[in-house]
Amino acid sequence: MLAALARRAATALAVVAGVVTLTFFLLRLAPGDPVELLLGPTATPAQLAAQRHALALDRPLVVQYAAWLGRFARGEWGASIATGRPVRALLGEAVPATLELVGLSLMLSYLFGVAVGAVQATARPRVDTALSVATVTLFAVPGYWLGLMLVMVFTYWARVLPAFGRAGLDGDLLADGPWLVDRLRHLALPLATLTLIGVGGIARFVRGAMFDVLGQPFIRTAHAKGVSPRQVTRRHVVRNALIPIVILFGLSFPALFSGAVLVEYVFAWPGVGRRLVEAVLARDYPVVMAATTVSAVLVVVGNLLADVLVAWIDPRIRHASSPT
Amino acid sequence: MDRSAHPPREQPDVKRLLRDRRAIFGAGVLIVVGAVALAAPLVSLGSASAQHDIVATRFLPPLATDGHGMVHPLGTDRFGRDVWTRLIYGARISLSVGALAVLLSIALGLVVGAVAGYWRGPVRTVLLALTDFALALPRVVLLLLLATLWRPSAALVILVLGFTGWMSVARLVQGEVRSLAARPFVEGALALGMSRAQILGRHILPNALTPVIVAAALGIGNAISLEASLSFLGLGVQPPTPSWGNMIASGRDTLVNAPWVAAAPGVALVVVVVACTLLGDAVRDALDPTRMGLSSPTWTRP
Repeated sequence: MLAALARRAATALAVVAGVVTLTFFLLRLAPGDPVELLLGPTATPAQLAAQRHALALDRPLVVQYAAWLGRFARGEWGASIATGRPVRALLGEAVPATLELVGLSLMLSYLFGVAVGAVQATARPRVDTALSVATVTLFAVPGYWLGLMLVMVFTYWARVLPAFGRAGLDGDLLADGPWLVDRLRHLALPLATLTLIGVGGIARFVRGAMFDVLGQPFIRTAHAKGVSPRQVTRRHVVRNALIPIVILFGLSFPALFSGAVLVEYVFAWPGVGRRLVEAVLARDYPVVMAATTVSAVLVVVGNLLADVLVAWIDPRIRHASSPT
Repeated sequence: MDRSAHPPREQPDVKRLLRDRRAIFGAGVLIVVGAVALAAPLVSLGSASAQHDIVATRFLPPLATDGHGMVHPLGTDRFGRDVWTRLIYGARISLSVGALAVLLSIALGLVVGAVAGYWRGPVRTVLLALTDFALALPRVVLLLLLATLWRPSAALVILVLGFTGWMSVARLVQGEVRSLAARPFVEGALALGMSRAQILGRHILPNALTPVIVAAALGIGNAISLEASLSFLGLGVQPPTPSWGNMIASGRDTLVNAPWVAAAPGVALVVVVVACTLLGDAVRDALDPTRMGLSSPTWTRP
């Protein structure tokens, strides 16, 4: 088990290294020059060259790559080309905002998604069909569009919730109670958007996972030997359906992070996703590299987390002496 | 070659598919939308970028009649362009970009999967490692990067979606080819003197295609959705050419005075993606009779 984990961790490290390398070279190959974007159209060739030299962008790509890797590993993530601010500070501000939004929506999505999926698997066909129509629709809705529609209804028509940002203009001046209310009001629409879509996907998945277990011979056996339906559901169906659900949890951990890119963009939520879009559009190399690395790390950590959790839940995997 | 040497092909249970309401709805919607898109010049009100008197015709609500006596079923946008017409021409772009992107990713996935499944040894190891690596890449980040590499266009979106979407097909095909290659009829074909490439092309691949059909149905919805996301960010199809994504983006700015501009393409997008998903679910269930009409887990959207 430990050996298998070590091997998985090594693979994960290789994936992160690959992603980072690929991103670095793709970004440099892209047309678009951060220095030109920074200095504007009036800059002379000499000024451009000087600025390029100052940012070490005139050195060979491989040298730039090695230098960047060394500095990144030592924790020096450099400064944003577009704003001049340290990348760590930029991302440091963004990460809590993303964690707040994505973490909460992940929790709520699983809470409601598992509940809806489980109801579908055990309810009458008519209820199942109605809920299926709802979940497949939610699953198909693009997050940014749902966000816009919610803004239209709750901001422009009902005028009850703010449409963008994480806090009001006077947010820092408010006392504890009103401050919390202000934060929650700003969180409401982006959180609702992400959660509604998440519930659709997760409920569909949970329903399928439970139906797969319901079709297994051991469920028929349990019924045949006189176990009550409720006990069959609780002890046999739910426990076995939990395994694919936990794997999904690990996989959706980074998916919600990257899925939040567009929702953050629509709601001007100051998270990692919006920073990333802005940085890519501005060819802000240091910011893109750092954000990509963080998200790649989250992807592989999510996968590893799923593996560990599944091993923890499933004794067949936990006690397997030789990993396959 | 005697066809009876084949294992029974896993043909979809057509009768069941025809009774499946999900299949009927999904196929029906796609056929109607496809037909409307093809017949765009007949069912629309002129050109998608036609503008008349902007001040007089902009922001007309749905079903309004403009000064020329022309009825706008879905209203007009801020340039006085008819939203219904743009929606139909946008369907042409969105559907064809989605379909071509999925075709590309299926072609790539088929080649990689077939080679990895049929040739053992280092080739398989390398290809599978490549697939796993590509699966682990954060797709949205990659899409953003690739889409900024060249000047944004529909062709670029097709390439980018195709090259970031082949992995699941490769895995499916690889597994299928691997199990088929171990069947007796392959040995029989070898004994009859067929080359390995012939066996792969004539006997193994046709039998491995069934899971690809499901992946295609689910993949088209996904690709259409991603194209819209890229165009929404301004990295995909460029205005004035309408695509559902850039229509939503332009409607975003006029959400207050003309909500229909953003609402219409979004509704169209949801309906088409739902249709693809339901059709994919139904076909999958029809292909696998052991499932008894119960859909199994899918998680196709990133």
